[in-house]
Amino acid sequence: MAAINRDDVAHLARLAHIEMSAEELDRMAVELAVIVDSVKSVSEAAGEDVPATSHPIPLTNVFREDVVGHTFTAEQALSGAPDAYENRFKVPAILDED
Amino acid sequence: MSVDATLSFEEAMEKYDPVLGFEVHVELNTKTKMFSSAPNVFGDEPNTNVNEVDLGMPGVLPVVNKTAVESSIKIGLALNCKIAESCRFARKNYFYPDTPKNFQTSQYDEPIAYDGYLDIELEDGTVFRVEIERAHMEEDAGKLTHMGGAAGRIQGADYSLVDYNRSGVPLVEIVTKPIEGAGSRAPELAKAYVAAVREIVKNLGVSDAKMERGNVRCDANVSLRPHGRERFGIRSETKNVNSLRAVEHAVRYEIQRHAAVLDSGEPVIQETRHWHEDTRSTTSGRPKSDADDYRYFPEPDLVPVVASREWVEELRATLPEPPAERRKRLKEAWGYSDLEFRDVVNAGVMDSIEETIAAGASADVARKWWMGEIVGRAKVADVDPSELGVTPQVIVELNKLVEDGKINNKMATQVLDGVLAGEGTPEEIVEKRGLAVVSDDGPLLEAIDAALAAQPDVAEKIRGGKVQAIGAIVGGVMKATRGQADAGRVRELILEKLGVEG
Repeated sequence: MAAINRDDVAHLARLAHIEMSAEELDRMAVELAVIVDSVKSVSEAAGEDVPATSHPIPLTNVFREDVVGHTFTAEQALSGAPDAYENRFKVPAILDED
Repeated sequence: MSVDATLSFEEAMEKYDPVLGFEVHVELNTKTKMFSSAPNVFGDEPNTNVNEVDLGMPGVLPVVNKTAVESSIKIGLALNCKIAESCRFARKNYFYPDTPKNFQTSQYDEPIAYDGYLDIELEDGTVFRVEIERAHMEEDAGKLTHMGGAAGRIQGADYSLVDYNRSGVPLVEIVTKPIEGAGSRAPELAKAYVAAVREIVKNLGVSDAKMERGNVRCDANVSLRPHGRERFGIRSETKNVNSLRAVEHAVRYEIQRHAAVLDSGEPVIQETRHWHEDTRSTTSGRPKSDADDYRYFPEPDLVPVVASREWVEELRATLPEPPAERRKRLKEAWGYSDLEFRDVVNAGVMDSIEETIAAGASADVARKWWMGEIVGRAKVADVDPSELGVTPQVIVELNKLVEDGKINNKMATQVLDGVLAGEGTPEEIVEKRGLAVVSDDGPLLEAIDAALAAQPDVAEKIRGGKVQAIGAIVGGVMKATRGQADAGRVRELILEKLGVEG
């Protein structure tokens, strides 16, 4: 079995801002363990000589010249905002400022 | 808000050994953002320098700004770092409204620059080496303005306003290794280190480096350990330390606070502290916790950056002379004493003096004018000396007028005032204000006769060979001519008259 337990799921849920009931946590712990185990089978296929791969396409240095392109107007930028005030997004205060 | 206990700095130093660490964020002054082509401009109308990438819209593709990568490599080189042959970007995941994507694109285990150092010269000339752990590329976050809380409203009425213009501005974060052995000079070293980083990025031309605009921002880590112990104490990280003076004060305050905590037998809490300029103290932010689980993973939308050695050397060849080396070179070239040169640097007129010398003045003349006349006037006007309105050319002209004997030093300062009042060039002002030295010997001789007659005993002394007594006669003549005489010529004439060899 994979090393993922109910506490891990609760931790991940909190980090992801997902509210989960006790039943959901129980169920998800089992399901995620199965998923993690399935993914693990990949490491069985890849030998020690295969480096971890983040990008499957052999491309590097895809750059853009430092030239100004298009922008939105404030109205466009805010068009999908749930709330706005004086051309700025209005969000609930999060006091734990960092 | 409770006030934390502190020990005096002296007592804290007696008992404990401070260890420092800094994270300095430098905003690059590229024309566009790190991953989008929206403009990187400070102070524009909110949410106008944004496009779909900066707002974290679904399905958008970020593209790396080549100039930002080059600037980052230059910073790495200037910090004596190794430049990674290959490095990647990573997602730093967290939920906070300053980041619409819910992750910040940064670098994690593969910074573009690593293993460097910076030699920091303290005010008395002591050189302290600060080791650089890494310098990595990332993007700035949006700007939050918290509303309501300060007005004492109820919690529920509070909200924040977000401007994403700053979102995506290229940043380079420079992280030091733990700095040991600074002792009681820790606060001074902290300030000098941040000043040196700021100077370097400004000199490279890669950042506007204005701390008041947040172009250079410092997080200061402080921990204490008993003298002689190798293991580090628990650290605090003070954020929001955004002026050089604040860096010094914050480190000093945290040393004093930690010492009091340790003295009480309690452990220091590993936490974020917020610096408050008004009270010159820090308050607790949040403790380091699970919230710091950023779940970094390689950014799938950005391919690796490969810095070929040719590219790195090309960039190295473009680096300007490092500021510290430049100071050393100029000091030697100008022949100033340590004290003279330090005063020049602290007064912020080194560049002006260099320009003045380039315009034709001698090193001593340039220093005399900038330090003796302009710095004081700038202070009164509350502007930088270089912004007072005196060009190197003005100083060269003023000095020539004095050397040619057309005006004396006293008049020259009046001419300078005229230049600052916008009355014209020095020559024009001499003309307009009628400031020319009395060079016709006739009136001078009369004044000399009068002065000699008024002080016969002095005249006798001079005749007897005590030439140094001449000052009293020269003074009398200058007074009689209201300072319009050429003191050198007056002296010659007196000696001639009395038949004494000068």
